[in-house]
Amino acid sequence: MKQDIILCGVGGQGILSIATIIGWAALDQNLQLKQAEVHGMSQRGGDVQSNLRVSDTTINSDLIPKGACDLIISLEPMEALRYVPYLAPNGWIITNTQPFVNIPNYPEMDAVNADLDRVGNVIRLDVDALAKEVNSPRSANMVLLGAAASVLQMLTPELLEDGISHVFARKGQAIVDTNIAAFRAGLAAARK
Amino acid sequence: MKKNLLLGDEALALGALHAGLSGVYAYPGTPSTEITEFIQMNALARERGVHSDWSANEKTAMEAALGASYSGKRALVCMKHVGMNVCADAFVNSAMTGANGGLVVTACDDPSMHSSQNEQDSRFYAEFAMMPCFEPASQQETYTIIQAAYDFSEKHRIPVLMRLTTRMAHSRAVVEVGEAREQNEIHFPENPRQWVLLPANARVRNEQLIKDYATFEQEAETMGFNQYVDGKDHSVGIIACGIAYNYLMEQYPDGCPFPVLKIQQYPLPTAMIQRLARDCERIIVMEEGQPLVEKRLVGLLPTPVKVSGRLDGTLPRTGELSPDCVRAAMGLPELPVKAASQVTVPRPPALCQGCGHRDFYTALNNVIHTYPTARVFSDIGCYTLGWLAPFHAFHTCVEMGSSFTMALGAAISGVHPSVAVIGDSTFTHSGMTGLLDAVNAKAQVTLCISDNLTTGMTGGQDSAGTGRLESICMGIGVEPEHVRVIVPLPKNYEEMERVIREEIEYKGVSVIIARRECIQTLKRHAAAKKVV
Repeated sequence: MKQDIILCGVGGQGILSIATIIGWAALDQNLQLKQAEVHGMSQRGGDVQSNLRVSDTTINSDLIPKGACDLIISLEPMEALRYVPYLAPNGWIITNTQPFVNIPNYPEMDAVNADLDRVGNVIRLDVDALAKEVNSPRSANMVLLGAAASVLQMLTPELLEDGISHVFARKGQAIVDTNIAAFRAGLAAARK
Repeated sequence: MKKNLLLGDEALALGALHAGLSGVYAYPGTPSTEITEFIQMNALARERGVHSDWSANEKTAMEAALGASYSGKRALVCMKHVGMNVCADAFVNSAMTGANGGLVVTACDDPSMHSSQNEQDSRFYAEFAMMPCFEPASQQETYTIIQAAYDFSEKHRIPVLMRLTTRMAHSRAVVEVGEAREQNEIHFPENPRQWVLLPANARVRNEQLIKDYATFEQEAETMGFNQYVDGKDHSVGIIACGIAYNYLMEQYPDGCPFPVLKIQQYPLPTAMIQRLARDCERIIVMEEGQPLVEKRLVGLLPTPVKVSGRLDGTLPRTGELSPDCVRAAMGLPELPVKAASQVTVPRPPALCQGCGHRDFYTALNNVIHTYPTARVFSDIGCYTLGWLAPFHAFHTCVEMGSSFTMALGAAISGVHPSVAVIGDSTFTHSGMTGLLDAVNAKAQVTLCISDNLTTGMTGGQDSAGTGRLESICMGIGVEPEHVRVIVPLPKNYEEMERVIREEIEYKGVSVIIARRECIQTLKRHAAAKKVV
């Protein structure tokens, strides 16, 4: 079994934390994993993405071929659309609905939403609002990971929670708790 | 065997530590920075006192590492590809001195120019210097090969180049790691003449190096990092260098039907390549970066087999390889793909909100726009983003340190105002010598150091001259009254503009230091205080 994931958003939104937790969980399960990250210039408010491949057999390429991606997890709606050519015919998009507008020519939201409709299989969440609801306003990325947990095949929600505990452990139990609360809010919302 | 999830950079760092490293010498540069950062944070490295402070630039790093190698210790040098240009003198001549303690130089190339100004391929440097080069195909092989590279370096008394590219440097995978061996004790070279490159000594060494290079090729045939795997279908043979091998195998999950020569070690194994040419009607060369191997095979005269790759359009001439372009090169049909969105627009990187570079450029622009003949020469760093909207703040950006010296050349040629903008870390990397030239030339230049107290673009590493920029500039000979310090904040625009205007009007060398901490490191420092 193999699952190819593109994580995307805008530099600084926290996609690498999501990748780190999935990576921890995959390692814990003795799975193979490759995760190509973007560092450097793009992290300054540009578009960023990470190719994440999880498998129980050998993974060759660090990059996901076009038309092969099972899941796009996006912290920003227009950024989700940027990677549509990579999506497999029955692939899923899980995206935040709130735009990150740091460019003057950001498209109309109606056009963005219509294009997401065209793609099909989309789970949309206002992750910022959900994070605030559970008093974890800075953990919107964990809400999105929670939502993604509903379609991640080889990694259970319990395992991903262990990953959160592990990755945030050095920041203290309070930070771990807010992140897990955000994760659970995302998972519950996606299952609705 | 312990399993770790490591970036290619981290696998290299850990492999070097396990090979008995005593010091890493580096200047930050994407995609190489994480090698040194990993060693800085590593418990074993701390326990063993492995040197890991940042160097002022790649040349000082290379030379310090050579000194460590001379002393018998194992040393690692890391840089991005263009850093090879900065350290080229030391690098090329280190093949002439040879190594004593194991010496590995790591160059991280950036095809597709994700964070760089060119696509230069460091393998050319290895060939040019007659140095062996390794190019691992996976994170696991990176961990293994770096250790073999230290053994190679000590066996043949030669520095070794490790070449990574962005996708290897910045991709994580599961890596099984072993135990660390001991570091070396101090011991000096057995061949002391070789380390004094007077022409008489160097001529002798040059002959020896040419002989050794033939031995390095023999090693490339037999060490096992270059592998020939036969296939049933001999209509095509493939040479896959480094990570290109992964993109090829991605197309054939049940095994490639064609003979494949996987290359991870140079000089190229001639015998293996000749076998492939004998066995196959056509050879496709897949290599990341420039067509070094392909060009060698094609040569200038007709070849007995057809050679394809980046030169004949089988693969794109520029940019990094991908599973998609390799698929097309193999003549396989495209996977069904959904049409690209027509709604998305580019989202270029930008200076952070609240960044001091923003306020400095705003004030500078307000002054510069009143001088129609003004030219502004900028440099490499976060502040290069000031070329984009809304600032459009300068006219050139070329390479580390070029702002000061290009402004000098323009001023000597009669341009006024001639203004340079450089970051604090870039200034100590390669701006200081240019400042000395400007002082000696008594040129009318206004040299601005946008000092955010860190090396910002690569993630906030220590900057070599922090706290000493004024004394450095005055020591080089800038008049103390023309070393001006301003604080780039909106409330200070009036004063900043007055200072900039005064110094543009001064008929000599001025240095304006616009100093305010990077807001990224400021946030990090504030968060660190909270935890304490």
